[in-house]
Amino acid sequence: MNLLESSYSSIREHLIQNDIKCTDLVETCLAHISSHQDLNSFITVLNEHAYKKAKAVDDRLKQGKIKKLSGLIIAIKDNICIKNVKTTCASRILHNYISPYNATVIEKLEAEDAIILGKTNMDEFAMGSSNENSFFGNVKNPYQKDRVPGGSSGGSAVSVAANLTMAALGSDTGGSIRQPASFCGIVGLKPTYSRVSRFGLVAFASSLDQIGPLAKNVEDCGRILEVIAGYDSHDSTCSNIPVPSYVDSLHNNPEELSVGLPVEYFSDDLAPDIKDRIEDVIKFLKASGVHVKEISLPHTNYAIADYYIIATAEASSNLERYDGARYGYRNSSNSGLDEMYVNSRSQGFGDEVKRRIMLGTHVLSSGYYDAYYRKAQKVRALIKSDFDAAFTKCDCILTPTAPTSAFKIGEKVSNPLEMYLSDIYTVPANLAGIPAVSIPVGTDANKLPIGLQLMAKPFNESTLLNIAYFVEKNYKD
Amino acid sequence: MKPYMANSKYEPVIGLEIHVQLLTNTKLFCKCSTSFGAEPNSQVCPICLGMPGVLPVLNEKAIEFGIKLALATHCKIAPKSIFARKNYFYPDLPKGYQISQFENPLCQNGYIDIELDQTIKRVRLTRIHLEEDAGKSIHAEEFVNKNQTFVDLNRCGVPLLEIVSEPDIRSPHEAYLFLNKLKQLVQYLDICDGNMEEGSLRCDANISVRPENTTELGVKTELKNMNSFKGVERALEFEINRQINELNQGNKIEQVTLMWDDKANNAIPMRSKEMAHDYRYFPDPDLVPVLIKQSTIDEIRETLPELPDIKIKRFISDYNLPEYDANVLTEVKDIANYFDDVVKQTKDPKLTSNWIMSDVLRTLNEQKIKITEFPIEAFRLSELINLIKKQIINAKTGKSIFIEMLTNNESPSKIVSEKGLNQVSDESEISTMIDDVLNENNDEVVAYVAGKDKLFSFFVGQIMRRSKGRANPKLVNQILKQKLDSKR
Repeated sequence: MNLLESSYSSIREHLIQNDIKCTDLVETCLAHISSHQDLNSFITVLNEHAYKKAKAVDDRLKQGKIKKLSGLIIAIKDNICIKNVKTTCASRILHNYISPYNATVIEKLEAEDAIILGKTNMDEFAMGSSNENSFFGNVKNPYQKDRVPGGSSGGSAVSVAANLTMAALGSDTGGSIRQPASFCGIVGLKPTYSRVSRFGLVAFASSLDQIGPLAKNVEDCGRILEVIAGYDSHDSTCSNIPVPSYVDSLHNNPEELSVGLPVEYFSDDLAPDIKDRIEDVIKFLKASGVHVKEISLPHTNYAIADYYIIATAEASSNLERYDGARYGYRNSSNSGLDEMYVNSRSQGFGDEVKRRIMLGTHVLSSGYYDAYYRKAQKVRALIKSDFDAAFTKCDCILTPTAPTSAFKIGEKVSNPLEMYLSDIYTVPANLAGIPAVSIPVGTDANKLPIGLQLMAKPFNESTLLNIAYFVEKNYKD
Repeated sequence: MKPYMANSKYEPVIGLEIHVQLLTNTKLFCKCSTSFGAEPNSQVCPICLGMPGVLPVLNEKAIEFGIKLALATHCKIAPKSIFARKNYFYPDLPKGYQISQFENPLCQNGYIDIELDQTIKRVRLTRIHLEEDAGKSIHAEEFVNKNQTFVDLNRCGVPLLEIVSEPDIRSPHEAYLFLNKLKQLVQYLDICDGNMEEGSLRCDANISVRPENTTELGVKTELKNMNSFKGVERALEFEINRQINELNQGNKIEQVTLMWDDKANNAIPMRSKEMAHDYRYFPDPDLVPVLIKQSTIDEIRETLPELPDIKIKRFISDYNLPEYDANVLTEVKDIANYFDDVVKQTKDPKLTSNWIMSDVLRTLNEQKIKITEFPIEAFRLSELINLIKKQIINAKTGKSIFIEMLTNNESPSKIVSEKGLNQVSDESEISTMIDDVLNENNDEVVAYVAGKDKLFSFFVGQIMRRSKGRANPKLVNQILKQKLDSKR
């Protein structure tokens, strides 16, 4: 049996009993990584670090020192900083950048004896939905290698799906955890905005970014979230609401809960296979005694446009620090300061990043600010109030994660707008700051995974995971 | 009288933008030290260096300092204010944006009163907001090659308050008085050392001229790079004259930013490219709004020291001091406190004021020290003044004891008793001394009796010398006069 096909939760007892050794797990992972290099899901593999940590965890487990994530092998998206390790954001401009500090989530994972395996490939600066925008090359979907894995956390999703790691951290600004999880047939959770510290996450759009887990099942996601969530004095926007035990809340009994179906998410843009599959899950839930009702999120149509104003505005400012002056790529062939800026940034950033910097610069510029940025904030408030109203009628909202399954590599590269629309169902949760999860619910006619998205009220990750867990355990296609 | 005031029909309109560097121990958004003069780039961390992934966390002390200045300048304090990003590229700005405030600043609508020709002139303040300082670019130093720029980021992230005045100032002198008043306030509040030469207080000016008795504003220019209060005055004078000359020659004023060169007494326009900034301000999503409760404001109000305007009034009314004395003594808070302490024990405000305004302030100037470094503690000085008041020593002896106290910080009473400097107030003893002097200077006595009144002080000098300065001068005068008059 390949141990890595199992979830962490299912082998945790064996790790505690010392039946399974962490060092063996790490060795297996490293072997898989090298035999699956064609997937291109890792940018940096931390062989030595992982093996050393595994040995230390084995020793501690032998002494009965059990931590919350003892022996969990986890890969980290390459926009989360690990001290003395390259953090490239899959960009040329940071291709040689080594972080001098640990992100808060890394400190927390290390403290609970998770074993960090390496840094995963991604769309440059988390901008993309296909993992085709990486300076280190595109990532392949393990189901069909001519297809994209989704993005931007494509490397994280593929590493979990192809059993190169047990779990991974990703970041989700407009769907970057959920959409690749959906395309790769795994579970991906975007927590409530402010639930997880962003300190050490290289910012794309600060008011939307959240770190979250990608894993083989709902329980693993809950375990990881429990460790990485919580107050952090380094992040002013981080919430101090206590973190519950998410694993304890998995009852496998959602009967008391009601699920809302937003009519706007079931339009003609949705691929028929996916629509059928989601409706089948709905039927199953009804049959299981869950209250299912139609709801409306009337401003859904504005979400993508709204998102691309707010996210790019923030990104244009967040990415100003990459100027070639202090670290990262510098073109120093010209002597002038302006030339150094222009050449370093022109050559250091990829096309999609530059497109978004220009867009964001435009919407913030004098004379356009009111028409774009200020208006976008108002629309964002409307989208948020849609959800507030909906959650007075239901505990949880059920939708597809993406309008299609994994598309072909190169298929949408020349059409950015179409690419942007692949996040149409995931973006609203970021704008509203609410938690959302994608879980696999079978495959389409092409044998490609289909993702189901669940969204809940802020800080109601327990509700979300409980329903997700019920579907995962009981829905059979 | 300045030339443009004397013979022109133009009136200058001036608004100031002042940055004051706050005396917090740590930077505005990280825990790095703010102390001045450390090794370049030694007081930095990933946060103030703007490394990828870092986030700012607000230093609450800076908000408290801002509230203090707002209260002292009668500003409205916003219950909710927000930080915004001001975006521009420069090597001494590691994030590519400065965290500042734009819409919803910390405070608005205040004023500072300045005294001008015996009347009070009110200069309104538009706003006061909090922001982080940038680093320092070093070009023109011996160790920097022609094509190099060195960057020191120790200053990067140090908290600043930016104070923006309304265009209420009408002359360079008013600008000078305004700056002095602001400096005095920040020093009283202990929020800034007010040192313009070291850059802890910086001033830019917006300036235009218009025909007298008109209300429409002319085209303004902006003056930067003024490094002293007098420099501000000189730069403004230069620019007012320049603008008037342009207008008199039928030219239009161009809206430019000018860099003041104090040595050359000249203002040089910046390249238009350097001025063409679109800062793209927007609310910083990494920081939550600053919420200030009325109770917090009230608590901070309790901690405010007595401010200069009120202190001056008290010195005049409670101590019966002349306005001049009150102004001099309150210019520096610690000196005013020193005065208060001394007067508490001497109960003689005017005598105390005289001592502090002459001997103490002169010593501070000569030794270039602050009153807090002054060797004679308040209770020692009051002891000395009391010795004079009680006529145990005379004023002249007092001065020499004062000089001795500067070096040994001894009790003046002890010096008096050890050196036998007690004033002689025994009339018969003084009378004997006078007789001796008159007998020894018979010729002068004859001349005096003949009408040479000037010789009176000669006799006094001789008597004081004989008493080694200890004779009570009042008694010497009195008895000498009697004795000489009886000879006439």
